Parts: sequence; structure tokens; C-alpha cells
Amino acid sequence: MDLVRNFPFLTIVFSLTCGVFCAILRPKAAKNLCLVWLALTFAMSLSVLVYTLRLDGSFVYRMGKWDAPWGNEIRVGPLEALMATAFSAVMILSLLGGMRHIFSDCEEGKVNLYFTMAALLVSSLFALIYTNDLFTAYVFVEINTIASCALVMLKSSGRTLVATTRYLIMSLLGSGLFLLGIVILYGITGELLMESIAGKVREIFATGEYSLPLTVVIGFFSVGLAVKSALFPFHSWLPDAHGSATASSSAILSGLVLKGYIIVLIKVFYRVFGLQIIMAERVSNFLFLFGILAMICGSVGALRERDIKRMLAYSSVAQVGYIYVGIGMHSEAGMVAACVQILAHCVTKPMLFCAAGGFMDVSGGKKTMADIKGAGRRDRVGGAAFTVGALSMVGIPFFAGFVTKLTLTQAAVGSDNVRMIIALAAVAISTLLNALYYIPVIFNIFSKPADGEAHASRPRADYAFAMCAFMVLNVGFGVFSQQIVDAVRRGLELFGM
Amino acid sequence: MKSDGFFSRLNSFVEYGSMREEDLTLSPSEKHKTIDTDIPENRWLTTVQNSEKPVGARIATWVSHRGVEIFDRLYRVAAAFICFTLIGVLLSVVAFLPAFGDEDAPAVNEVVERYVSKSVEETGTTNAVAGMISAYRGFDTLGEAHVLFAAACSVIILLRVDDPERRHGKLVDPVMTGEDMDFEPNSDLVLRKAAKVLVPLSFIFGLYVILNGTTSPGGGFSGGALMGAGLILTSVAFGFGRTERFFGDEMYHLVKTACLTAYALMMAYFIYMGANGFPDGVWLGIPGSIISGGLILPINIAVGFEVACTMYCFYALFRKGGL
Repeated sequence: MDLVRNFPFLTIVFSLTCGVFCAILRPKAAKNLCLVWLALTFAMSLSVLVYTLRLDGSFVYRMGKWDAPWGNEIRVGPLEALMATAFSAVMILSLLGGMRHIFSDCEEGKVNLYFTMAALLVSSLFALIYTNDLFTAYVFVEINTIASCALVMLKSSGRTLVATTRYLIMSLLGSGLFLLGIVILYGITGELLMESIAGKVREIFATGEYSLPLTVVIGFFSVGLAVKSALFPFHSWLPDAHGSATASSSAILSGLVLKGYIIVLIKVFYRVFGLQIIMAERVSNFLFLFGILAMICGSVGALRERDIKRMLAYSSVAQVGYIYVGIGMHSEAGMVAACVQILAHCVTKPMLFCAAGGFMDVSGGKKTMADIKGAGRRDRVGGAAFTVGALSMVGIPFFAGFVTKLTLTQAAVGSDNVRMIIALAAVAISTLLNALYYIPVIFNIFSKPADGEAHASRPRADYAFAMCAFMVLNVGFGVFSQQIVDAVRRGLELFGM
Repeated sequence: MKSDGFFSRLNSFVEYGSMREEDLTLSPSEKHKTIDTDIPENRWLTTVQNSEKPVGARIATWVSHRGVEIFDRLYRVAAAFICFTLIGVLLSVVAFLPAFGDEDAPAVNEVVERYVSKSVEETGTTNAVAGMISAYRGFDTLGEAHVLFAAACSVIILLRVDDPERRHGKLVDPVMTGEDMDFEPNSDLVLRKAAKVLVPLSFIFGLYVILNGTTSPGGGFSGGALMGAGLILTSVAFGFGRTERFFGDEMYHLVKTACLTAYALMMAYFIYMGANGFPDGVWLGIPGSIISGGLILPINIAVGFEVACTMYCFYALFRKGGL
């Protein structure tokens, strides 16, 4: 067997161990260990991506001596490898972009635990991306939940504690529904491996036995994972949690954690139930509707915010809506659009959050629109990054956000008439609203502040590097969009097989 | 709005928290300024208040008084409705599921059959559950052990007081520091006499359960819980001084890191060899004796000590804000 095939498993297991070691190291050493390990993870994921693209197929990796229904296994294809590569890159850049805040916002003796949680989070995200077993997914959903709550909580203030409490309650509700779904599904199929369940579910669906439990299971999975990924009516925890956490946490939570759960949902839809059953159960209609509402309401929420981080958090609600609209189209093209949006948002939003952190730095730690006036002049690299991110969110060509709007529109045109009209109208309105709240911020950060003086301060090297790398990623995504969309499409074909 | 409602308390906590956050960064005069300008929550409200339209103002007051109350009530009704709907749905689903112990149930299939019939031969344990969780599905259990680790770290983040002055109760009021421990019956005669008998027993029984995890029900998780209970009982009966002598911060980190790393390395070796089709060269031992099950015994020991550490860590952090 090729050595490369071991890499996904090595990244998952040793990220856990890296987290354990970070808990006993001094903050500086923990930071270095975490970054070096993440860089290694990135390199390994990249080589897996190249390998799967050359192979033009996916492979199954047996976790131990025993084959799948008895033991565990992970499944690696181009789409999974692409997600893993993007996630590890974004993780490193998010940590670098907010490094100063990590050290200033956390209590001194607990900074190393930040890196512990980051490493555990990477491990769980990778496991969610690669797993082929529903129970493994649940175990790592637990790690993901705890680690992401801890990342919010690590900035010690009353506001973050309240936000964490809300986040924890909602997140545990989601986990609980997901677990109940797995339990009922195990009761009616007797399997945990995705392929085996898929076979049994088709039989059950054909015979009509257990039709109520099956509907309830699909409902529980959808609602549970929708709560955890902040789909519109369940989004109330998100602005607090993402708005009050330290810059890196906001970046990681919005860019990666939300997406991890959506990937699990896509997996469940594709590999466990299959699109036919999802369509027959009409779940996708609800997801489509809520996605549309999220696109509009999230943007309206962002429009009303004066606090830049909460504005970005509301914008995440809208962007998650785009993903669900893609899923709700229940067509191949819609899923491609959803996956492209996952990637595009994960290279855009963390950049915006880190840039917002940079603005707070040069504005005396305050984050309302009035306070950060002229911040783009004081922090030039952050200003440039924010502009790129904002233009990408609005959907200007050659930036990442444009690619999603394009693929989503194409998917909408290929869909049935009602969906096409609703989706096109929603994309148009949402784009307009995005422009309405992002463009004024760009003007705000580049206008002269009231007291007149605006000398650029020298940015920290890690921050500047992260911002530049994010900009390159974003523009690269927009320029090489065709290759990425093709890779995602091919990956999705292999994903469902 | 009721003054004692959960949400109003939450709100006051938010206010208090934010004030505390501002205190750290701003001087008092600045603080007043920002609070004054920060009062309107959003732009729309600002325009309403500035222009002082009677209609708008009336709507605003109605929302802040009557509206919140109505919302509060609706919220409760909706919550009750959702709960009862969920209960109804779950009960009706249970009615559809196969009966407990039904031999025709879908869950009785080739997977379970192999666990039951072949676990002695393939994993070397006579306890099929241990074989299943530590060998067949060992990866899941590795994740589960790290769930505990993540939870313990989160509690440390939330509760550990790093300031040594505050921790040893030399400052501020007793409620904040832990001097209230003096009021607790740690000199209680019955407790101490009972603990003298029970503490050694619980440690020995915990070790017994861990070591016999491969031959009888039990294993790392349950044995570790027993040992953790022994540690907690020691500190309840004889005070933290007694446990701190052999189990402090450093010991905790040492044991925990060693256990988890050993576990991850063993599992990584096992998975790597198994996946690549190499013989792993682990002697499975004699089924039915303590030395059996190959890697399951060391895994049980590692998990056991980790669970004991986690349990004691939760207790100590909640009681005194440190280990």
C-alpha cells in the first residue's frame, strides 16, 4: 500500500496527541508545536489531494485489522482531501492572524490550552471529513462541540461566558438530536457503516416498513446538524458566540466549525439516504426555504449591526444560507454549489475576522463602526485584506465569492421553475444587501478619522503574512475557479459512489 | 419583565460582564462616555429616539414594557409545545421500533454475531464488550478518551484560579476563596472512620476492575471511575492537604499526558499495522487470564488512570479552583 494512504489517519490521531502535549507546554512552546504540526498536517493533506486526483478515485482505509462493518474505516476521495487541505491551511492562517489577541485575550496560564483546543478541533474536523461511520462521526462531533465552546470561552469576560452558555446549550441540543437519529437508525437497520446503512435504508424504503422512524431520523439529522451549523431559525447563538470571541476563535468557528457539520449532513444525505429518498421525504424543500430566509434575514441582521464583529457574524448566517440553498436544490449542480460555497466562505470569512481583529488593535481595542473609522489607514495590510474579503462577499468577479454566486445561479437555472425564481431573486436581494453593509465599511475604514491623524503602524509579521496569504488564497480561488469547480464536481461523483 | 426571570438575570450578567471588560481597558471618564453613546442598540432605534416622534417613542416603550412580557409568555408556551411534540414523536417512533431482545431485529446481524462468536479467537478477551470497544472499534474509543480530555481542559479553562493569593484564601471574602471549606464536616468522625475503610477498598477494587477488564465486565472507564471516587473521598474526608501530597498539578499532568500519549501510540501502531496488512506481533495472551487481549490490557490501564484523573480534576476544580 502507498505510504500516502496512511496520511489521513496519521493527521487525525496525532493531532489529538499534539493537543495533549500542548496542554503541558509553556504558551510559546505550545504555539510552536501546534503551528509546526499544523504545517505538517497541511503538507500531508496536500499530498493526499494530489494522490487522489492522480488516482481519480477514492480509497478506503481500514482502521485496524478488521474490515469495515466490524472495525472502523475512513474513506478518502478528492473532495475530502480538498476540504482537509483547505481547512488545515485556513486553520494555520487564522491562528497566525489573531496570534497577538490569543496571547492578550486569554489568561496567561491558559494560553497553551488555546492551542490544545485548536489541535483537538483540527483532529475532529478531519475525522468528520474522512469518516465513513456514523458513530465515529458522533464521537468527533462531541470533541468538536467541546473544543469550539472552549475556544469562545478562553477569552475571559462575562460576555463570552454568556455567549458560551448559549452556544453550548444549542450545540448540545444539536448533538442530542443527531445521536437520537443514529440510535433510531441503528434500531431499524442494525448498521453504523454508511454504505451498509444505505443498502438497508433502500430496502426499508421500498417495503414501506418503518416509514415513520425513517422520516423522524431524517428530520433529526437535518434539524440537529442545522442547529449546529446555525441555519436561519436556529442561528440565535451565532452572533453572540462569534462576535464576542477572540479574533482567531471567530475566524475558526465561522470558517471551519460550521462547515464540519454541513459536511456531515452532506455525507448523510449522499451516502446514507441517497438523494432519491431525501427528495421523496421533502426535507430538501425545508432546507431550501430556510436557506433562502437565512440569506435575507442574516443580511438584514448584519445591516442593523454597528459592531463590526457581530456584523460579520450575521453575514455568516447569510452565507450558511447559501450552502443550504445549494443542498436544498437536490440536484448534482446544487450540491456542487454548496461545496464550492463551503470552500469559498472558509477562505473569506476568517480573513475578515482577522482583519477586524487588526482594526481593533489600532483603534484602542474597540470595535464599533465609529471607533474603527480610518482603521484601514492605520493598518494597511488589514485594510487591503478586508477590502478583498468584502468584495468577495459582495460577489465581484475574480474573488472567491463570485464563484459561489455563479455556480449557485447556474444550479438554480437548471432547477425547476419555482426554485429557480425564488433562488435567483434571493441571490439578487442578498447580493444587494451584502453590498449595502460591506461597502460602507470599506469607506468607513479608509476615511479620515475625526481627530485627523492617521499614521500607518507597522503590522506584526505573522499578522501580515496571514493577511497576504488569505488574499492570495481568495484571489487564487476566484481566478482558478474552473479547476476548483471541476475538482469539486468530480469529487462529488466519487463521494456518492 | 419579572425581575427574577432567567433572561433578566442573564441580561444583568451580560451588563455586568461588559462593564467589567470596559473597566480593564478604559479610564472612568472614558467609560461614562462610551456607555452614554452605547445605549442605543442599533441605528433604527437611534433615529427614533433622536427625532422623538410620539408614535415611534410610544412603540418603543410599548415594546420594552408590554412587548417583552408578551414575548416571554409566548416563548414559554412555544417551548412547552415543542417539548411535548418531541416527546410524542419519540414515543410513537419507539412503538414502531423492534422490541427489545427480539431475535429478528435488524440489529442482530453478522456484525454482532462475529463480535460474540469470534472475539476470544481474534482479540484474546473473554469479555466481548472489551474486545469490541478497544480492539474492533478502537478508533472510536480513542476519540472518546479524548472527549474526556477536552472536557477536563474546558473545566480547567473555566474554573482554575491562577492567582496563588486568591487560591489560598488570603484575600477577599470567604465565599470567593474556599475558606467555606472550613465549615464542612471534614473533621466528621463517622466520615473519616468510614473513609479509612472505603478509600483503600475503592482503590483496590478500581485496580481489580481495570486489570480484569479483559476477562470480566468492567475495564478502563468503570475502574477509573472507582479510583477517581477513591481520590475524591480521600480529599473529602481528610482535606485537600492529604491528596495534594501525592496528587498535585504536576502529577495530574504527568499521569494524564503519559496515559493519553501511550494510548494514542498503541492505537496508532495497531491501526497502522492492521491497515497495511503487517502482522502486529502482539501476543494475545491466554484467554481467561489477566494477561490476555494483547493491547487491550495496557489500553485499559491507560484509560483507567486517565478517567481517574479526569474525575478528580472536575471535583478539585469545582471545590477549590485548582488541583
